Amino acid sequence: MSRSIHVPALARVEGEGALHIALKDGQVAEVRLDIYEPPRFFEGFLRGRHLQEVPDITARICGICPVAYQMSAVRALEKALHVDIPKPIRDLRVLFYCAEWIESHALHVYMLQAPDLFQQDSALSLAKLAPEVVQRGLRMKKIGNALLAAIGGRSIHPVSACVGGFYRWPEEQRVRGLLPDLRWGLQAAVETVRWAAGLDFPHMEGDYLFVALHNPLEYAILDGQVRSSDGKTLSEEAFEGDYLEQQVPHSNALHSRTRQGQTYMVGPLARLNINFDQLGPAAREAAREIGLRPPLRNPYKAMLARALEMVEAFDRAIRLVEDYRPRGPIRLALPARPGEGAAATEAPRGLLYHRYRVDERGLIQEARIVPPTAQNLARIEADLWELAPRVVDLPLPQATLACEHLIRAYDPCISCATHFLKLRIHREA
Amino acid sequence: MDSTGKPTIAVYKFTSCDGCQLSLLNMEDELLSLAERVEIAYFLEATSRTLPGPYDIALVEGSVSTPQEAERIRQIRREARFLVSLGTCATAGGIQALRNFADGEDYAQLVYPHPEYLKTLATCTPMAEHVPVDLELWGCPVNKGQVIEVLVALLNGRRPNLPSHAVCLECKRRGAICVLVAEGVPCLGPITRTGCGALCPAFGRGCYGCFGPLPAPQMEAMLPVLQGVEREPGESARLLRHVSGYAPAFARAAQKLLQQEGKS
Repeated sequence: MSRSIHVPALARVEGEGALHIALKDGQVAEVRLDIYEPPRFFEGFLRGRHLQEVPDITARICGICPVAYQMSAVRALEKALHVDIPKPIRDLRVLFYCAEWIESHALHVYMLQAPDLFQQDSALSLAKLAPEVVQRGLRMKKIGNALLAAIGGRSIHPVSACVGGFYRWPEEQRVRGLLPDLRWGLQAAVETVRWAAGLDFPHMEGDYLFVALHNPLEYAILDGQVRSSDGKTLSEEAFEGDYLEQQVPHSNALHSRTRQGQTYMVGPLARLNINFDQLGPAAREAAREIGLRPPLRNPYKAMLARALEMVEAFDRAIRLVEDYRPRGPIRLALPARPGEGAAATEAPRGLLYHRYRVDERGLIQEARIVPPTAQNLARIEADLWELAPRVVDLPLPQATLACEHLIRAYDPCISCATHFLKLRIHREA
Repeated sequence: MDSTGKPTIAVYKFTSCDGCQLSLLNMEDELLSLAERVEIAYFLEATSRTLPGPYDIALVEGSVSTPQEAERIRQIRREARFLVSLGTCATAGGIQALRNFADGEDYAQLVYPHPEYLKTLATCTPMAEHVPVDLELWGCPVNKGQVIEVLVALLNGRRPNLPSHAVCLECKRRGAICVLVAEGVPCLGPITRTGCGALCPAFGRGCYGCFGPLPAPQMEAMLPVLQGVEREPGESARLLRHVSGYAPAFARAAQKLLQQEGKS
């Protein structure tokens, strides 16, 4: 007997994709996550642009995590120019990034994934069932956006970040004025952890290879070494040598695997498992309270990791705002020199790698970007191969929902993932 | 209208970054009450529930870059009473329209590891090049307040009140120091429509045109000023060829500058 699970347009994900699973005699015959989101050509557009234009252009790769695309870009370009960023600027970047984690995670936890756990089709219908829960999520999201706007001028495609620092120090009063909201947010994030821990997640345990940035001194967001759960540690620059992308026929996004051909997972679950010991006091206490110990291997429970990361982000944001002193240089002068630099940061959805080569005029000669969702796509398909035989006997709508929920739990940003088809110019000799 | 008499809204994504749709989800204070007043009949990023058309208002994010998208916008137009292009991609092609200027580097000729897997058009174009559009809302991203104004106006059967003056004027209102005159920083503020609140000059940097050209920009006067403060050749042309680069006024101006440079 043949049946198939077909979702022509996935809902509550960022970007456009479709799912097709074919089952034959109770066996899975085919799993395809079709990425039909149109390809975009950012790596091509960046060639010939001045390096200072890069953060404004890469922000447009993703409206949900523009800060991640700006931070990986400026760090890679600063490495190319051998510019070292002083601590006050680095602190402001971490604060900026915390705001994006809050906004993006609150969106995912409350508006994209939570409806699945309550058999609802959206946060709007969930709000009728549990208004206080949705209101809490919306207010957390709003605080993240307010902090983004205080630093970047606006929350989507902010305008303040540049190579060498920021265009201006954010207004001290405006930043400090957010402290009461951030303190409320920390409590709301702890509440989110408790609430999420009580939800009934589907059972699934994967034998994952997790990959995340690691920094011994703090829960890595802005910088670190590339660490995998099999104990390997690499420099940011070595990332491209060990994690490879390949093009597959049904997808406008590339799929990543390790050099040995293994799929891997990036994102909140990977970070939590690799950097659990680096969590700050508030997040560690919240994890202890719900009895969470790594490794967490249920992909649906990435929601718990996101909730804990919101605790971490609010907690760190509070300390950074309390210590915020807008004094000293905010934008370093850049040398005119050719160079090449690579850097990775932890976007809300996982490790985001950029590499640039610039000439002595500061014009981009080559750009390479590896977004987190492209790295997770092969892993999502592998999970679907495992899940499909277990849902085969369910009525079709439930089976379909189980598969969709699994995909959504990864928080895939399909828009990001499709922007980086490897470009080669073909010219007739 | 749906069966309860509420107006229906549909939100669509084309080639884009999701940012303008996110502006809708970022209406944290208004979203739930909006959902009471209108029926969100199609909005995949927010809800898996979809109702069949026709719809009273269709908000369309992104530009048209594939043959499927060109067909899809015609279908959406047939089902929409009022079609709004949401943001600079839908209104002028956006950052992706840079492919339309591929200069000696024909993006259609790009070779991928497996180019046969891809289906993409050589150009990336705004909605109005494909179908009649009832209202064009600029912004990269759109201004949330403007989106609310458009929805409120349409629901009340009046014309939306949207600004059409320059970023430059907004800047004066803010009391920001002119980066172009005082510091010689190239800035598109005098020829760009406001909507952002003059953010970039307030940050001490030049405007790069997120809200597109003014309805009648003074290009003849502006181009020599821009050229006069260029820090390196090509800077002004690149500034014009940014997120709103395919908007006709900016596209013509950039072309003119590049031709002049070619001659000199």
